[in-house]
Amino acid sequence: MEIKGRIIFPGFAKGEALVTNQPISFFGGVDPNTGIVIEKGHELENKCIAGKILVFPTGKGSTVGSYTLYRLAKNNVAPAAILNKECDVIVAVGAIIARIPLMDKIEIEKIKTGDIIEVNANDGFIKVVKQ
Amino acid sequence: MYLTHEEEAMLAGEHGEACKRAMEILVALGKIYGADRLINVASVQVAGVSYHNLGDAGLEFLSELARDGKVKVLTTLNPAGIDLERWKELNISEDFAIKQKMVIDAFEKLGIITSCTCIPYLVGNLPLKGQHIAWSESSAVTFANSVLGAKTNREGGPSALAAALTGKTANFGLHLDENRNAQIVINVRTKIENEDWALLGFSIGKKTGNKIPFIRGIKTANLEELKSFSAAIATYGGTALFHIENITPNKTEIPNEKIDIEEIDLKNARDELNDEGEIDFVGIGCPHCSLQEIEKIAKLLDGKKVSVETWIFTARQIKTLAELQGWASKIEKSGAKIVCDTCMAVAPLKGRFKCLVTNSSKACFYGRGTNNFKTKFGTIEKCIDAAVTGKWK
Repeated sequence: MEIKGRIIFPGFAKGEALVTNQPISFFGGVDPNTGIVIEKGHELENKCIAGKILVFPTGKGSTVGSYTLYRLAKNNVAPAAILNKECDVIVAVGAIIARIPLMDKIEIEKIKTGDIIEVNANDGFIKVVKQ
Repeated sequence: MYLTHEEEAMLAGEHGEACKRAMEILVALGKIYGADRLINVASVQVAGVSYHNLGDAGLEFLSELARDGKVKVLTTLNPAGIDLERWKELNISEDFAIKQKMVIDAFEKLGIITSCTCIPYLVGNLPLKGQHIAWSESSAVTFANSVLGAKTNREGGPSALAAALTGKTANFGLHLDENRNAQIVINVRTKIENEDWALLGFSIGKKTGNKIPFIRGIKTANLEELKSFSAAIATYGGTALFHIENITPNKTEIPNEKIDIEEIDLKNARDELNDEGEIDFVGIGCPHCSLQEIEKIAKLLDGKKVSVETWIFTARQIKTLAELQGWASKIEKSGAKIVCDTCMAVAPLKGRFKCLVTNSSKACFYGRGTNNFKTKFGTIEKCIDAAVTGKWK
């Protein structure tokens, strides 16, 4: 299955999808040293986003969250790519400074946690390889 | 989005790595918000300075940018987490101070004026009516848009930096005149003076959220009042622009939707900002005090002694003028401290105090949220009386 999207930051990545329908706040919501979601009550609480194709509707919270994405990348625990429904400024800026491929306008309902996904953020589509 | 040859070159990395990163950020923002092109900005105000908020991630990023990045326009800086000169005396930990100074060094290396104040318009960064700027710091953004008539969106720290490093921003939102019209009329049916403005901003903000208001019924307003109002309405509502009939300079269409603000609304706002609690900290200067406010405080404290910890927050440039006028020594002799480069919203004060006395509704918001303080709100006179007597009357 191929799904089209809008490129925010280009690149290519392949990995396992980690999906939530809740917005993510990277500042205070994700541990920058481990990549583990620490926001209390979040669907992904205690899950690790490192190396995953992280799929969520949009970002929320402090603009400092962009720097958390940068720190995750420096610590080699950033997601391999990010897919959003509607990308917000915090996540966009974070992905750019952390060099994480990012697309939005993706029908994220079609993706489930555990799917293997090829993100082609150079040409603007993703492939769901295995469900 | 259309890019000029020069902008394409910046994006391709021909002006260095930091400039390339900055251009990538602007292009992404332009794409997300549907901007047609980039526009030049006259000045930038960068927030996201306190190490408390930036952490090592932010510090690393800034240090990397500073390797080859240089600002292209006048750029000033928001408050940091410490007074850069007297942090020790104010009991800030040495570890924190060292990291904070590294952050400031990185900004300085980028060519940013390390003014460390939220009132850039009083220390030399004064945009003119109609000029495009890229500012962060919600109170300054709202003041610049509404009182000065300049045009800016509410930038975050990184997007303001991107504007500084390129001298440009994406053309969307409040840069476009069609997005600057009022969306609701506010009829103010009570007299507003001094600290009432902080209550008015609180009240309108809570009622109308991020709608742009057209405010009627105000006869006069001074600098301090509009500074306070800008902070309050941005904190409690989220709007980055307001219009006041016969006072602010922007033209606007008049919308149909209307609400009234009465004396009872101000009273409710005052009640909501006043908690029960034993006062142990007086903080004035959110936004940072103007010269006139410092003069007023100096007169009130002249020959008196404070009995609770009292910090008067202002820009270092204003403190210097206050020293020349002899006002600073009157304040310091009372035991109160003039604190520069930092503020109540971003200094690491959690756990140090229990109940804040202030004349700022914005300071109440951050005092409660970030620092877990109880709060008492009143005029400068009332705050200084509490500082001297140790009692909130």
